[in-house]
Amino acid sequence: MRAWATAGEIAAAVAGGATSAVAVVEAALARIGERDKILNAFTAVTNERALARARAIDADRANGRPVGPLAGVPFAVKNLFDVAGLPTLAGSRINRDRPPAVADAALVGRLEAAGAVLVGALNMGEYAYDFTGENVHDGPSRNPHDTSRMTGGSSGGSGGAVAGGLVPIALGSDTNGSIRVPSSFCGLFGLKPTYGRLSRARTFPFVASLDHLGPLARSVGDLALTYDAMQGHDPDDPVCVDRPPEPALPALGRGSDGLRIAVAGGYFRRGASPEALAALDRVAGALGAAREVEIPEAARARAAAFVISTTEGAALHLDRLRTRAADFDPAVRDRLLAGAMVPAPLVVKAQKFRRWYRAQVLQLFESVDAILAPATPFTAPRIGQKTMMLDGAEVPLRPNIGIFTQPISFIGLPVVAVPVPLEPLPIGVQIIAAPWREDIALRIAHALEKSKTVAAPVPPERRAP
Amino acid sequence: MAEIESAALDQIVDASAAVLGLAIEPAWKPEIRANLAVTLRLAAMVDEFALPDEAEPAPTFEA
Repeated sequence: MRAWATAGEIAAAVAGGATSAVAVVEAALARIGERDKILNAFTAVTNERALARARAIDADRANGRPVGPLAGVPFAVKNLFDVAGLPTLAGSRINRDRPPAVADAALVGRLEAAGAVLVGALNMGEYAYDFTGENVHDGPSRNPHDTSRMTGGSSGGSGGAVAGGLVPIALGSDTNGSIRVPSSFCGLFGLKPTYGRLSRARTFPFVASLDHLGPLARSVGDLALTYDAMQGHDPDDPVCVDRPPEPALPALGRGSDGLRIAVAGGYFRRGASPEALAALDRVAGALGAAREVEIPEAARARAAAFVISTTEGAALHLDRLRTRAADFDPAVRDRLLAGAMVPAPLVVKAQKFRRWYRAQVLQLFESVDAILAPATPFTAPRIGQKTMMLDGAEVPLRPNIGIFTQPISFIGLPVVAVPVPLEPLPIGVQIIAAPWREDIALRIAHALEKSKTVAAPVPPERRAP
Repeated sequence: MAEIESAALDQIVDASAAVLGLAIEPAWKPEIRANLAVTLRLAAMVDEFALPDEAEPAPTFEA
């Protein structure tokens, strides 16, 4: 199989006997061994486990047993997912002292039940409080399109591993944008499902009322295939809804005809670079989306998401801040310490505003099926960069990366981030749907992929001469 | 909520640290204060938005 094969192609080849799961996994491990020295996407590679799992899949096939829709597909997970036998780092130094996880995260189990093969755990920003993909303990994950640039975070290794061709799919988490930001900077498709859709059991949390998990991939088909394999109620996550799986893959071919698609105006056009607006216009043009809608109070929604994140994060880490403050990434520590000092009524008011805002945005979805917005205000900045020029003014970089993703995850709406392959660097657009309508966002993404408006570009040095 | 002065922020940091049992090194303070200033400015945007007394917070408890 070529390095750039999709998960769907790999699974078909393994199921049909054109290749073996062992051959696919050995090739993935070799690529990781060679390329990850530069990309720094992985913090652990599970060679033995992966090869044992691949041999079991090949044995199943040889014995006529079903091998699953992801047979032999290598995948990796952000290191906040429990992997049996490994401490769950969540990007931190402190968690290295935790005992090894005794069981896999629920979603790891579901993907392996579908035939996929876990090959490792991925670098991430400390405790997921990050939009850059930089990590002071493990070093920065590097963007395969330009290794001097950020992957985006906090699922930075997830972005680097998939965009760099090490694995076709990876899992990440998204509290305020941590799947959609690396998807944008690394030129990938990313799905942040509806809040409560996928089980978060046995993953390290950040902001319980905002945490989502989801996949990153190089094609919409792979995103849907992976997502479908992970759906379904799980009593181990109290937030995971008791709702039957609603497979998205079978509906992809229905395209975007008949769907009412609008572009987010106002807040979502301010503070965006020319590249972000060009990508948005290209996607809107391809879909014939002429209508503009205003998502009301989006700036305030972003502010409220910020307040809830920093205070819930502080509550989560309060004991560690008391006992091991010096072992944090200093930037994360100082944000969490400040979060611990926010007066409680302001947090309650943010949660009240959240319900009001949700009602306003749901009203919008009575007259539209999907809303388009930029994923990030700019393409991948350089690693270590602290400021950015926007609208002719120098602004601090880090707090501005998530301005377009935060108001959306704040109310748990499903989003597919699609990559517009601009040169020299790609940038993403968000396709935002009403709660539980991941299928609509995926159908639109698929139509854009078919018309070649969006694509996950192969990094320059990996292209055939 | 008016913009909070630097000295007042220092008082909040010191008092909160005492209440919560957080040992804060002097060198960390400027950054904590800066983060707190940003957070309180954003929180003020939410605070000033009028909502009815009956407004329910987003998370709801199920008995």
